[in-house]
Parts: sequence; C-alpha cells; structure tokens
Amino acid sequence: MEALGQYIGAGLATLGMGGAAIGVGNIFAQYLAGALRNPSAADGQFARLIFGFAVTEALGIFSLLVALLLLFAV
Amino acid sequence: MDPIHQFQITPLFGEGMFAFTNSSLFMVATVLTITLFLILATSRSSLVPGRWQSLAELSYEFVANTVRQTAGQEGMRFFPLVFSLFMFVLIANLFGMVPYAFTVTSHIIVTFALAMLVITTVIVYGFWKNGIRFLRLFVPAGIPVFLMPLVVAIEVISFLSRPISLSVRLFANMLAGHITLKVFAGFVVQLAAALGLVGWGLAILPLGMAVALQGLEFLVAFLQAYVFTILTCIYLNDAIHPGH
Repeated sequence: MEALGQYIGAGLATLGMGGAAIGVGNIFAQYLAGALRNPSAADGQFARLIFGFAVTEALGIFSLLVALLLLFAV
Repeated sequence: MDPIHQFQITPLFGEGMFAFTNSSLFMVATVLTITLFLILATSRSSLVPGRWQSLAELSYEFVANTVRQTAGQEGMRFFPLVFSLFMFVLIANLFGMVPYAFTVTSHIIVTFALAMLVITTVIVYGFWKNGIRFLRLFVPAGIPVFLMPLVVAIEVISFLSRPISLSVRLFANMLAGHITLKVFAGFVVQLAAALGLVGWGLAILPLGMAVALQGLEFLVAFLQAYVFTILTCIYLNDAIHPGH
C-alpha cells in the first residue's frame, strides 16, 4: 500500500511541470513577439531571455525532484 | 534494458571511498581534453588564426562577453573561474552524448559541488569586498516599511535556494534527457523482440524519435552549460554590486 501512495504522489508531483511549461512557453512567446517588433534590440536581451527561462524552468525541475525523491528516497 | 543502468558508478581500481570510479575517469578525461585543446590550439598562435585557434578564441570571446555583459568589467577578475566552469560542464555534457560513455553531470553530488563552489565564492567575496553592506542584497530599495519583513524573508529564501536550483537544474536536465533517450532506444528492441518482422518495421518510429531526441540533447548539453555560466555571472554580480 505504501508503494502505491508513493507512485500516486510521484505522478501528482509531475503535474507541476505543466505550470513550468506554460511559463517557459510564455517567456519565449513574449520574447519572439518583442523581437519581431524591434529586431535590432533582440540580441541585447538574449542573456535576459536565458535567465528568465532558467529561473522559470527551475520550478518545474523542483517538481521533478519531488517525484524522484518520492520514488527513490522516501 | 534498464534505463537507469547508465548512471551506475563502478570502481575501476581502489576500494571504498577512495576508489577511482568510472565517474573519476570521465572527469579526468574532461579536464585533459580541455587542457590539451587549449594548449595545442594556442601554442602556435598566429595573427590570422587557423581552425583550432579560432575555436579557442571563439570560446574565450563567448565567455568573456557573457561575463562583461552580466557582471561588468569588474567581473572579469572571475573570468578564470567562470571559463573553467563553462568548459568543464560543456565538455562533460558532450562526453555524455557519446554512446556507452558516462555522464559526469548526471550525478547531483558533482553539480552540487560546483554550485557550492560558486555560492561560497559569492558569499566570501561579497563580505570581503563590501563588509556588512553585502547584507543590503536582502533589502531592495524603495520598499514600504510595513512590507519589509516579508520582502527580506522572501529574499533570504530565494538566496538560500540558489545552490539547490543551480545544481538540480543541470543534474535533472542531464538525467531526464538521458533516461528519455534510453527509454526510446529500449522501445526499438522491445518492438522487434515482441512482433518479429512487423516489429522491425514499426521500430523505425521510435528509432527516428531517438535520433531527433539525440539532436535535442546536444542543444540541451550546450544550453545548460551556458545557463550554468550565466547564472554564475549573475550571482557574482550580486557580490560585486550588492543592493540593486
């Protein structure tokens, strides 16, 4: 029974990645929209794009971490 | 067929905590590759660079521009640290893309050690250069007084979660990518074993997917090395210019 709970919990934890997917998609969509409006300013914002992507992605990675912890560490 | 098997650490010689493992072997190979590449590429340097020399200059310029853009000219004193981190993570990731090779960065203890190195550098240099004013990092300017306790608490938590997110991002990306690759490669064998000749025909689908994922993994290998570098620069910038 305990193992069953672990698997259900790990499955539920992966739902958090959906939120990260929305966030990362939003970041790249907004960057592309801005870059098409003003292509000359696009290259200068590339570092910020990657930074925003990394920070947003971290939250999705945390939910993967919870899932892995539930499967292998609990 | 076990997709986790590729991350197994096996001692090559020696025993217990001091064993020389396959992980150590690939770390040594990574460092040797970088050292040999940079020494050989720049040993006979000429004004008009050849292929190898321009590759070395390209990687230098790439990291140097990143450091200057995010941490300013003062950040260039950390260039050796940042360049070593970038090259180590990049080459270790790329070594992992070779079939049957071991991916050093797919183990959290390795990436956590790298992240702690960065965070310790930030804290030590921040206090050494700014003294107690380094703590202004946690107090953003222009915040109403009644919101201050909440904001400071959030800033402290966000600072403390940096080594975790920095290490877990790299580790989890490499781990998840390599497991996905092996799962799709496993589908090829399982289809062929289960359905015979029809299975061989159907196995083209997961094989194509595995090839496409391999391409994506090369992108991820480079992107994660770049992300690790740029976050290092941003954290170092906090130590150099705190309080904004």
